[in-house]
Amino acid sequence: MLITISQLIIGSVDLIAAFLLMFGLWRMASPVTAPSGILVAGVGMLAAVVASFLYVFTVDAAAKPHLPLNIGLAAAALIIGAGVAWWSGRKVAITAMPQAVALFNGMGGGAAGAIAAVELFGSQTHGVGPLVVTLLGALIGSISLSGSVIAWAKLDALLKKPLHVPGLQIFNGVVLLACLMVGAYIVFAAVGGAAPVLTMPHLIEIFFGIALLYGILMTLPIGGADMPVVISVYNAFTGLAVGLEGFVLQNPALMIAGMLVGAAGLLLTLLMAKAMNRSVAKILFASFGPGKKRKQGAIKGSLKPVQASDAGIFMRYAKSVIIVPGYGLAVSQGQGKLYDFVKLLQAAGVSVKFAIHPVAGRMPGQMDVLLAEAGVPYDLIMQLADVNEEFKDADVALVIGANDVVNPEARTDKTSPIYGMPILNADQAKKCYVVKRGDGKGYAGIVNPLFYADNTFMVYGDAAAVCVAMTEAVRGLGAPAAAA
Amino acid sequence: MSFQISIGGFIAVYIFMVTAFAGWVIIGRVPAILHTPLMSGSNFVHGIVVVGGIFTLLNASTPLEQAIGFVAVLLGAGNVAGGFAVTQRMLAMFQTSGHPTKHPKHAKRAAPAAVKSISPKKA
Repeated sequence: MLITISQLIIGSVDLIAAFLLMFGLWRMASPVTAPSGILVAGVGMLAAVVASFLYVFTVDAAAKPHLPLNIGLAAAALIIGAGVAWWSGRKVAITAMPQAVALFNGMGGGAAGAIAAVELFGSQTHGVGPLVVTLLGALIGSISLSGSVIAWAKLDALLKKPLHVPGLQIFNGVVLLACLMVGAYIVFAAVGGAAPVLTMPHLIEIFFGIALLYGILMTLPIGGADMPVVISVYNAFTGLAVGLEGFVLQNPALMIAGMLVGAAGLLLTLLMAKAMNRSVAKILFASFGPGKKRKQGAIKGSLKPVQASDAGIFMRYAKSVIIVPGYGLAVSQGQGKLYDFVKLLQAAGVSVKFAIHPVAGRMPGQMDVLLAEAGVPYDLIMQLADVNEEFKDADVALVIGANDVVNPEARTDKTSPIYGMPILNADQAKKCYVVKRGDGKGYAGIVNPLFYADNTFMVYGDAAAVCVAMTEAVRGLGAPAAAA
Repeated sequence: MSFQISIGGFIAVYIFMVTAFAGWVIIGRVPAILHTPLMSGSNFVHGIVVVGGIFTLLNASTPLEQAIGFVAVLLGAGNVAGGFAVTQRMLAMFQTSGHPTKHPKHAKRAAPAAVKSISPKKA
């Protein structure tokens, strides 16, 4: 009786939780409803976690004597894990958000892998189908765990350079194949009853070892600028692993939530790859080769440096300004200072908009979050498709810390590595100011003809410092007027 | 009457298919401006794996199973709590120019975070 009631309650709560998680994501369709969306999802999650303790009434005879200890362990793990993660999630800087997401994602993959490990070590899965699904979930979850940790280390600049070893991709393929073969052997040994060369626990340990190793090897050669795609892929992986383990545990809530994230991660990955003009396979399995040297056509024109104060004052008397922020702005922590300058311009009657390229930042949409943190209202933040036609009517395009995403070569030069990539049409504005620390090339390693164009002027310096200088120059103008 | 859930192979494929389709549609509606919170929000959603972890740990009958089950719950709980904290924080920052830009609630939260984030190792 108690078992039936527990199952009824758990089943109902999980059903509601699955709905609330989907509904929460549904509400993410607009910045207005999104904050309530995550709260809705949070309520569903909390209910599911609380209800899961009713499983104590359904445990089988073998686990009964250990129940008090297991309940204690579960409570302790919940409190420690949630406490530490909550605390670090609260205090992490917004610029470090991609690292945090990578790390929390790896934890989910690890949890899915650990569940699979318990199932395998306890020989609790019977039949070829469930066993294969368990192993698949274990493989994907493990790759997600170790891969996410490497991605975190790369984003946190603990690992600086992508690993370039000739033949690494082939070696990785062999490692993955070995892992699949060990998995197949486990299935064969468990179902066919053939005497294994190694004992079953050893086989399982080897399986997890190779899977974790593959996650590391797969992520090491990928460069830091491709990390958004990698995080998205591992997000989808973890979702998939959770969904598969949900099937093994016969828990539809896990299946639904996991698969939902799997589909979400896949869609985001494809969107990003499209914005970068590269295929997902190329990003994951072929690093941006340094070997391919290409002769770039001679560039007409010259670099024309100007003072930050002159640029600031010019914009003060412009009618419309479109700002193109890039990762360089985030690196110099200049978002807040930039918005101070924008507020001055707006007070002087200048129309200001922000134009965001889909791959600006280290995560899709990271620039939007950084601007939001600085207090920029989201209705000033425009996406590529919505704003690109407005450049030709704008008096000034202000490019701050961005390079490849405004390179007009992507439109014209078929031999360029970024040819075909959608770019922001900053070159079509009447005048273009580019704030840069030096004459360095962008991530793609090519010279940007925009910088040499007749109507482009270079403002050299750290983005934050330039914003301060421009603000002061405009304030200096305003002071006599205010005194009069 | 039993409420034991039993999902066969084919039913599972049906569930996966419908959910994947729903996920594709739901996520396709999200504007690019919210892609980072979306990623972290979907990261939070797969944190439901902690429920599976609790189930596994409660059913553990050997020290090895208990140890791995403990790790599963620990990591799953971290996924849930961290994912929620990060997502909620980011979404709270989005505001329109319709509101006064120095909303007291946001100003209090955003200002110290901005100052703090200048100091750590990135600088």
